[in-house]
Amino acid sequence: MNLRRTAAIGRKELIQIRRDPRSLLIAVVLPLIQILLLGYGARLDADHIPVYILDQEGSQNSQALLKGFQASPYFDVVKVARNYPELVRAIDADRCKLGIVIPWDFSERLGDGRPVSVQALLDGTDNNSAQLAEGYATAVVDSYANRIQLDWFSRHGLSQQATVPVSVDYRTWFNEDLESKNFIIPGTVALVMALMGALLSSLTIAREWERGTMEQLIASPVTPLEIMIGKLAPYLIIGLLDAISCAAFAVGWFGVPFRGGLGAFFFTTTLFLIVILGIGYMISVATRSQLGASQYALLVTLMPTAMLSGFAFPIDQMPVAIRVVSYVVYSRYYVSALKRIFLGGAGINDLIPEIIAMAIYAAVIAFFATRAFRKQIE
Amino acid sequence: MDPKPSIVVDNLVKRFGKFVAVNRVSFQIRSGEIFGLLGPNGSGKSTTIRMLCGLLTPTSGSATVVGFDIARQAEEVRRHIGYMSQKFSLYDDLTAVENLEFFGGLYGVTGDALTKGIAWALGMSGLAGNEQALTREFSGGWKQRLALGCAVLHRPRVLFLDEPTAGVDPLSRRQFWDLIHQMSREGITILVTTHYMDEAEYCNRLALIESGRIVEMGTPGEIKRLAIHGNLLLIEAAPLGDALAAVKRAPGVTDASVFGAALHVVVGDQQSERELPAFLAARGIRVDRIEPIAPSLEDAFVSLTGEKPAGDADS
Repeated sequence: MNLRRTAAIGRKELIQIRRDPRSLLIAVVLPLIQILLLGYGARLDADHIPVYILDQEGSQNSQALLKGFQASPYFDVVKVARNYPELVRAIDADRCKLGIVIPWDFSERLGDGRPVSVQALLDGTDNNSAQLAEGYATAVVDSYANRIQLDWFSRHGLSQQATVPVSVDYRTWFNEDLESKNFIIPGTVALVMALMGALLSSLTIAREWERGTMEQLIASPVTPLEIMIGKLAPYLIIGLLDAISCAAFAVGWFGVPFRGGLGAFFFTTTLFLIVILGIGYMISVATRSQLGASQYALLVTLMPTAMLSGFAFPIDQMPVAIRVVSYVVYSRYYVSALKRIFLGGAGINDLIPEIIAMAIYAAVIAFFATRAFRKQIE
Repeated sequence: MDPKPSIVVDNLVKRFGKFVAVNRVSFQIRSGEIFGLLGPNGSGKSTTIRMLCGLLTPTSGSATVVGFDIARQAEEVRRHIGYMSQKFSLYDDLTAVENLEFFGGLYGVTGDALTKGIAWALGMSGLAGNEQALTREFSGGWKQRLALGCAVLHRPRVLFLDEPTAGVDPLSRRQFWDLIHQMSREGITILVTTHYMDEAEYCNRLALIESGRIVEMGTPGEIKRLAIHGNLLLIEAAPLGDALAAVKRAPGVTDASVFGAALHVVVGDQQSERELPAFLAARGIRVDRIEPIAPSLEDAFVSLTGEKPAGDADS
């Protein structure tokens, strides 16, 4: 490989990116838009869930429970409904996601020490939000019930010590606040790399064919390997710069922790970019058309990264068949590495399985990519 | 012939499926010679030049360029040639200087040689002062000369030019050919394809190519002598169609075809030539003008192949 020829190709490619508004958009603007959209938009948390409450009793006790909902950050008590039909209409009209009905005999039953049920009506159209809302509502009611119970015990002269119900004290590691933002944003780096890398690299060879400059390249002494390295090296550098700005955005703007090693971050990102750029390059060689190449490239890079990498949809909740498929999706190893670097504080030594999987992918893709392009015009 | 020809082509064949694009083509080109491949579009000129540059693999036959085999030593060949493809494939989002630097880099031209080469190319192409402008802003003639500069920056021993003057104004074409002759005097061997008859006259030697075959080869003068047996007459007559039909039946006429608004007619002997006006008048044709003319390559081409070289209304 002749370094001077490789550098000539790389320099030319950089000048062309700099002068091409579309490439600049893909390289600079798109990654920022992506991380902003995904950071704000793709949150799976449910908070400020709108609630209607029908208080059939209107006692001090029922008001206390109502206040429990009003105090919760997860709920917005939109209205205290006057009757049951109003509550039902509110759910039908999507004015609330949750309706709580406190029965008319609420205090009476509590006073007698009989069990009492509070009815919760849930809008199940968004299954995920409904489950979260159910969980939060149960928590509010439980905490109220605990308080009542303690009151009751103390009023009946029983020592607190003996009566506090045993409860499991959960402690979540790595994402202590269980915020989906922390779960999702590290993975978006993979999405940004896949989109940016696949789009730019898929255009690079096709552009030479479309503009008629390929013949001139083939007639020169430059080798296919020099063309490939010269053309992809600038995109690797741009990709790493994008990765840095995405990470900085994740930490500085969204407050996602970055606890792992920078070395591990760059190493895994480089391996991932080699795979993505290699795929884009091979597609570009095969299609010879910029439009066709970019479509195919998105299909084989962005789609699996978005759907099957575990970036937002946990792999262990997928059906078995899909879970098996996800093992061949190279992005899952990168997404897993990213999450462990950001949240789990992993360094290179902790990521050996991911690195081995990605290195195998990178080696195979590089092997085929170097053989994809032949200096022939047929 | 030269004991050490620069290019030797021996029975070269290129098939695309069942279509034979180049059919057993052979020729040799001396060092410093300007050799033209003249023929209509689709006759196999470009396919031949692309095989010699290593862009296409021949189906059979062989060729050497400056002693290197085009099939087995393609990379050696590429180091010693300059190639200018049909559309002057420059990067139009690069400036003139950036294009030159890029091709310099590809061919390993560095330092002083690069600086001098770029200065020479800018002067030659008339782009001095515009070297920082994007190539897409240049006219056809400028692009063409810049592409030539890029192709010869590394001082190749052989220069391949595929339809180098297509879409370029006549003045620029004239300047371009002056440059080609200058390079030829410096010892660069030049193989050029064209369908412009007037340009073919600038070549030292020509091969007339049609449907993948070489139909005639020689200097422009030789080709004209070989093709035209007799005297060539220009006849302006009306109605033209009737005149053509009549003249083809006239005694001593070996060839006749329409050129513009007139006829070019080849007559074998003096006797027939003298009797031709009367022959036409007797058939109700008004003859406005009849005079002997010097044959052009176009006459030779039409005479040899029976068809016009190309749809080149601008030539």
